[in-house]
Amino acid sequence: MAAAADRIGVARTAKLFIGGAFPRSESGRTYEVHAADGSFLANVAQGSRKDIRDAVTAARGAAPGWAARSAYNRGQIMYRIAEMVEGRRAQLAGEVAAAEGLDDTAAGAEVDAAVDRLVWYAGWTDKLAQVLGNANPVAGPFFNVTTPEPVGVVGVLAPQDSSLLGLVSVIAPALAGGNVVVCVPSQPRPLPAVSLGEVLATSDVPGGVVNLVTGHTAELAPVLASHMDVGALDLAGASTDSVADLQRAAANSTTRMVVAPSASITDGDQESTAVHGAWHTPPTTARMRGALELKTVWHPAGT
Amino acid sequence: MTDTSADAPTFDYAPAPQAADVVRLRSAYGLFIDGEFVDPADGGSRKTVNPATEEVLAEVAEAGPADVAAAVAAARRAHDDVWGPMPGAERAKYLFRIARLIAERSRELAVLETMDNGKPIRESRDSDLPLVSAHFFYYAGWADKLSYAGYGPDPRPLGVAGQIIPWNFPLLMAAWKLAPALAAGNTVVLKPAETTPLTALHLAEILQQADLPPGVVNIVTGAGGTGEALVDADVDKVAFTGSTAVGKAIQRQVAGTGKRLTLELGGKAANIVFDDAPLDQAVEGIVNGIFFNQGHVCCAGSRLLAQESIAEPLLERLKARLGTLRLGDPMDKNTDIGAINSSEQLERITALAQAGEEEGAQRWSPPCELPDRGYWFAPTVFTGASQAMRIAQEEIFGPVLTTLTFRTPEEAVAKANNTPYGLSAGVWTDKGSRILWMAQQLKAGVVWSNTFNQFDPTSPFGGYKESGFGREGGRQGLAPYLEVTI
Repeated sequence: MAAAADRIGVARTAKLFIGGAFPRSESGRTYEVHAADGSFLANVAQGSRKDIRDAVTAARGAAPGWAARSAYNRGQIMYRIAEMVEGRRAQLAGEVAAAEGLDDTAAGAEVDAAVDRLVWYAGWTDKLAQVLGNANPVAGPFFNVTTPEPVGVVGVLAPQDSSLLGLVSVIAPALAGGNVVVCVPSQPRPLPAVSLGEVLATSDVPGGVVNLVTGHTAELAPVLASHMDVGALDLAGASTDSVADLQRAAANSTTRMVVAPSASITDGDQESTAVHGAWHTPPTTARMRGALELKTVWHPAGT
Repeated sequence: MTDTSADAPTFDYAPAPQAADVVRLRSAYGLFIDGEFVDPADGGSRKTVNPATEEVLAEVAEAGPADVAAAVAAARRAHDDVWGPMPGAERAKYLFRIARLIAERSRELAVLETMDNGKPIRESRDSDLPLVSAHFFYYAGWADKLSYAGYGPDPRPLGVAGQIIPWNFPLLMAAWKLAPALAAGNTVVLKPAETTPLTALHLAEILQQADLPPGVVNIVTGAGGTGEALVDADVDKVAFTGSTAVGKAIQRQVAGTGKRLTLELGGKAANIVFDDAPLDQAVEGIVNGIFFNQGHVCCAGSRLLAQESIAEPLLERLKARLGTLRLGDPMDKNTDIGAINSSEQLERITALAQAGEEEGAQRWSPPCELPDRGYWFAPTVFTGASQAMRIAQEEIFGPVLTTLTFRTPEEAVAKANNTPYGLSAGVWTDKGSRILWMAQQLKAGVVWSNTFNQFDPTSPFGGYKESGFGREGGRQGLAPYLEVTI
């Protein structure tokens, strides 16, 4: 917040992103966020259980419209997100640098990788049905075809360590498949997510398609995991000791796990380059497949 | 339309009994562990009965935790030493062999299935058994082609799979579970349902005839406790077909363990008939949808959604058709509706039908004489039901159809999707664009349009929402048994 000698900077209020709007937490709470070097960064909205429920309601409302858009159109919008992130490269790199304690080069590389990841997933939208679905040669006079469809609302606990690349890596695959997202960003490093919300609001992403509820992961995660309208869960940012409880909560409505539990855990150690490196590894289709249903349609063939 | 008036000609059927002596029943069956039938170490036994006669068919071992552990250990050894390292082409030949042996012994297995389950011999002979053999044959061909399946260049098996199957299609469900798991290189501990263990145990004999290496498939019979022990055991993967309540319990049980899980659970499928549908075909589809296998079908079309303008004539034709269904001895080749599988299931169906009456729906059954012995329930249709009634919400798993009406396609979709389940749905209309639109809107894993209850090994089957997750059948049916790397 360095300012010219004759001018006081204007700080941003870090708010939630729900239904395309930027509300404060209905609870009125905020929590202090510090940089990796310990300096104060911001008071960030501390979302509540009610905020999670509101976000799921917004997501559910947006789900049919997003799923009904053509895969081509979803790809265009996701590419637009990449463009907007690229345009905010300097701001995001600064936030990532502060949050993760990276130098400018490394932080810039995080933003670049996030942009490239968005572009990669943007290109998947209109290929999933061809790669994951197929015609089935049944032993009878029937037309028979299997195609993927979105599960609906995906609950995401974003990685705690990788504040932007990790975040994008768990949101984008859900969107590519036509799902909507309620995401709890990194608890100690939420500011890149707050900025991503502002990017999404200007990227032609319909309101409610992505919802970002900052706050305490341990408080919000059980609400998200047990919510009946959440179809699938990505526990990337869950602490190792919370996974069993969250999975038990998810069982109440047979909520799917986006990826196998063993693959979803990161150790949350901010100094670990290994963990950072993990999000730089080229992704697979796993997170897209994990948030898709497969529908098989039969019809008789005949004259 | 069928004439049901008193002076219509009636035709009597001569008895057409299937001989039971094609089956060599043993009086007692042990557990199938490491290639041998063994007595349970710490379990007892339970009797399995013919639900059509209430006669005891055999005494079957009840596996306890130590038996389950021994079976899992045998499966682990077989996976590490034999089945895992074996080239896919060799695994394939074992599976082809099993498919052929099943076909050779299919009449015996069909008769045994009918005796243990109560389903009509016509169904076990013409539907279950051909599909069982075909399922092994289909997945046999995948065993040496896994790198072509779209799951990475060299997808690896998960290890040992614990598989728990229901009583409605006992041998078919065993095939659906075993064939993809084995093709992918896993070994298996299978737990059949406690009321229908016999065909799986005869399948074990076939596995011996096929010289399948010991431990590749182990079969532990028993009830819920055996299943719980299997889920808790040292398995890498759990696959369950059964009720949503038990499926949720299993999902809780594996939480935090890292075990892979697939669930194929209950359903409350809508069978939607539009006013332009060919009504006689639709009636056949409705009958097949809910009365096939006594309605003991998770994807049964248990909610008829009829467009208002044709609801009355449709119901008239449906009732006339139901009057011609023959309920009785499942071993008679003319029987359409067999026995309810158990007294417990009969009680459940009876209670839910009672609830339908108490909540104000109108109950109708054709004149239908029920045999004195055994467990029976007449085909039943409810009209005047509302969406909130238990008969419109809960899975009855019996020959009970609940009818609702709609005016517009949008209303049909809203009502069809108004359930926590999402396994299957049916659509009947002559309009192609409407079929495709409906198929897109319905939240169901399988949509049958102008047909119902079709199954094929190449065609993925499984649910949306609380009908579970994972698919069985097709290329997609391999994924739950592979470490996917792509």
